[in-house]
Amino acid sequence: MTQADHTPLVSRRPRLPPSVVQYVGLGAALLALVVIFGLASPSFASAKTAASIANQIPDLTVVAVGMTLVLIVGGIDLSVGSLLALSAALMGAALMQWHWPLALAIPLALLTGAAAGLLNGVISVWARIPSFIVTLGMLEAARGGAYLVTDSQTTYIGSSVEWIGAPIPGIALSPAVLTALVVVIVGQVVLTRTVFGRHLIAIGTNAEAVRMAGIRTAPYAITVFAVSGLLCGLGAVMQTARLSSADPNAAVGLELSAIAACVIGGTSLMGGRGSVVATFFGVLIIAVLQTGLAQVGASEPLKRVITGGVIVGAVLLDALRQRLAQAR
Amino acid sequence: MNDVLELTGIGKTYAVPVLAEVDLTIRRGEVHALLGANGAGKSTLSRIVAGLVTPTAGSMRLDGRPFAPLNKREAELAGVQIVQQELNLIPTLTVAENLLLTRLPRRFGVIDRTALHAQARAILDRSGLSSLPTDLPVSALGVGQQQLLEIAGALGRECRVLILDEPTAALSVAEADDLLRRLDGLRKSGVAIIYISHRLDEVARLADRVTVLRDGRRVHTGPAEGLSTDAMVALMSGEEIRTRSAWTSFATTQVVLEADGFRAPPRLVDGGFRVCAGERLGIAGLVGSGRSELLRAVFAADRAAAGTLRLHGTAVQLTSPAQAVAHGLALITEERKRDGLLLPLSVRWNTSLGALPSRFGFVAQAAEQQLAEDYRMLLDTRCTSIDQTVGALSGGNQQKVVIARWLARDAEVFLFDEPTRGIDVAARRRIHQVFAELAEHGKALVIVSSDLDELLETCDAIVVMSAGRVAGRFERATWTREALMRAAFSNHLTTAQDVA
Repeated sequence: MTQADHTPLVSRRPRLPPSVVQYVGLGAALLALVVIFGLASPSFASAKTAASIANQIPDLTVVAVGMTLVLIVGGIDLSVGSLLALSAALMGAALMQWHWPLALAIPLALLTGAAAGLLNGVISVWARIPSFIVTLGMLEAARGGAYLVTDSQTTYIGSSVEWIGAPIPGIALSPAVLTALVVVIVGQVVLTRTVFGRHLIAIGTNAEAVRMAGIRTAPYAITVFAVSGLLCGLGAVMQTARLSSADPNAAVGLELSAIAACVIGGTSLMGGRGSVVATFFGVLIIAVLQTGLAQVGASEPLKRVITGGVIVGAVLLDALRQRLAQAR
Repeated sequence: MNDVLELTGIGKTYAVPVLAEVDLTIRRGEVHALLGANGAGKSTLSRIVAGLVTPTAGSMRLDGRPFAPLNKREAELAGVQIVQQELNLIPTLTVAENLLLTRLPRRFGVIDRTALHAQARAILDRSGLSSLPTDLPVSALGVGQQQLLEIAGALGRECRVLILDEPTAALSVAEADDLLRRLDGLRKSGVAIIYISHRLDEVARLADRVTVLRDGRRVHTGPAEGLSTDAMVALMSGEEIRTRSAWTSFATTQVVLEADGFRAPPRLVDGGFRVCAGERLGIAGLVGSGRSELLRAVFAADRAAAGTLRLHGTAVQLTSPAQAVAHGLALITEERKRDGLLLPLSVRWNTSLGALPSRFGFVAQAAEQQLAEDYRMLLDTRCTSIDQTVGALSGGNQQKVVIARWLARDAEVFLFDEPTRGIDVAARRRIHQVFAELAEHGKALVIVSSDLDELLETCDAIVVMSAGRVAGRFERATWTREALMRAAFSNHLTTAQDVA
């Protein structure tokens, strides 16, 4: 009997790209959650639940995509929840007070988010202030702005925006969900296939080496914050559609959910490592967990305890996986 | 018995031997100067005595008893103190806290402030620093004062042997004078002082005996009296000048880059050079003489306080490395791990950084792979594949990756900062070939190296820097090791007189 008849040596087996291994792991975790909740609650594993989860997540998805890019370049954006609220507030005001058409109100929301994000980027890059601090300030300022615009009242908008978040007959998914999926795909392609994405990863890994290689790093860092803001504006449109209203209290704590989704997907808070698709898995895991726990009747405090445990557990697993990969 | 420290057959081998068969005796109450060119082994030897490095051969005796410290703390407890060039102070803590960091006086578990300041005061007074307040944060002190504070700290501990590595490098003339006087007093109290300095006039003035190291071996030990500074330089350089094998020069007379009057405090005072197409220009000098600072200032990696740059005769003002690259400059940096490589990323990505083939903003994957493979073959970079992490490669192969990046990018002027430091012989030879190939293609090369032999082997001409200034330019036809070495020390020998 020759060597070839035995199971091939581990080192000879063509190794799967690390990203594929990671996606399989995240998919398995997601599947496990679905199975657990399916066993615990007979009504969970249904197309209805799936559609309901899908239609809840587009705003978190697009914001988390922006957050992934910011984290990869070595920054952080704490202002996403407030930027979303400010953009939503202006959109509500444009529709209800100034009677703008939706076709102008949506660009206004996007521009608002992008402009505030650009400001985050310009201040932190040019003044060399850590983005943690700049966006912490923006978190307060933009929330205040949202209250000012709405006079601290929820603006009811109604049916003119609801179609964005309503399932399209036949495919059960809303235009918002489809848009979010497009954002995930575009984000992943930009990150993995373009010079821009390559430079983001390089800057997050060693900004000084990139600078010494003759590449200007400032435009990249600034752009990433502007994109994060733009996606907050997009998230504002999606959330406004889902709630049929613009709420200045909306999306409080969204930054933490978005960061959680990123780290569950294995994005490093130190920069240089991350994947948009993995972040999308992170969003799904959080959403399934939330919906599943609600369906099995877990109390709000218990939900939070378990969610916290899952976040840390996921990062722990990812760290172990990496250490194993390096040991090989 | 008058000998306090006895070294027998001390050797240290990393990948290559850096120190071999060193026998040395240090006497009670003497100042013993340790001299040698860069890389001669002075620092390694002193670090072995201080417990920072474990020798791979030989043994030591302290006061007649075997002495083999496993770490700095053990050496300190035995009475051997070292003050290194890089200061070990914590800037945010006060003078008193830094002095007594390892043995803060405590009462009921909290720091006893009164005792802390009293003890610190006593240590400072003993070292003649009575004017220094104990509650000042160290960051408020000048570099010179910090140096004196570290020496005071070493003296505050049990001290039989005191090792000082370039203690006056950061001091003003008056401060240095003061320190030398104090060391004289210390010697009288019986402390043995091992003194490492490039300032030969200081050595002549202070030392009782002098030991010279060359290429990791002890070549001379003897009384300082009667040993002129010229004789010291001759001993360090080794008289014999190697005969050169045939040298092919590709240098033209067409000046590509002229750098003039570059100043970047504190190290670079007035630096510059001119380099022609096809020329390989070396920059020699002692560590800290401002060579790297000059390259970094020319490349606009650091902001220079002054300096003019002319490319092909036209004045240009560079404000960032990106601009320098756009003008045809390349800098292969000294600290490849800190500001050269993306360590967790692949050979492929590191090679293509800055020269990434693309179409409409998208990475041209096949072209990128081809590029990385080509340069891997060209430089014979040893890696399992171009997708291997750069951090997993040896130093020599890492350096080849950095060089590959700039070859892929192409430039008119290549600035190499310590291109072969810490890398193996084979990689070094390949990199020296690259120098010749680049020169043959009409590129201008500027090579900074602490290894004078390397420059003598690879360059058409050598500019020597000393204490932040250009001390001379030497052409291959007429240079001698001794003349180069003398130039490297020139501004150190005259520093005291200049200011006085």
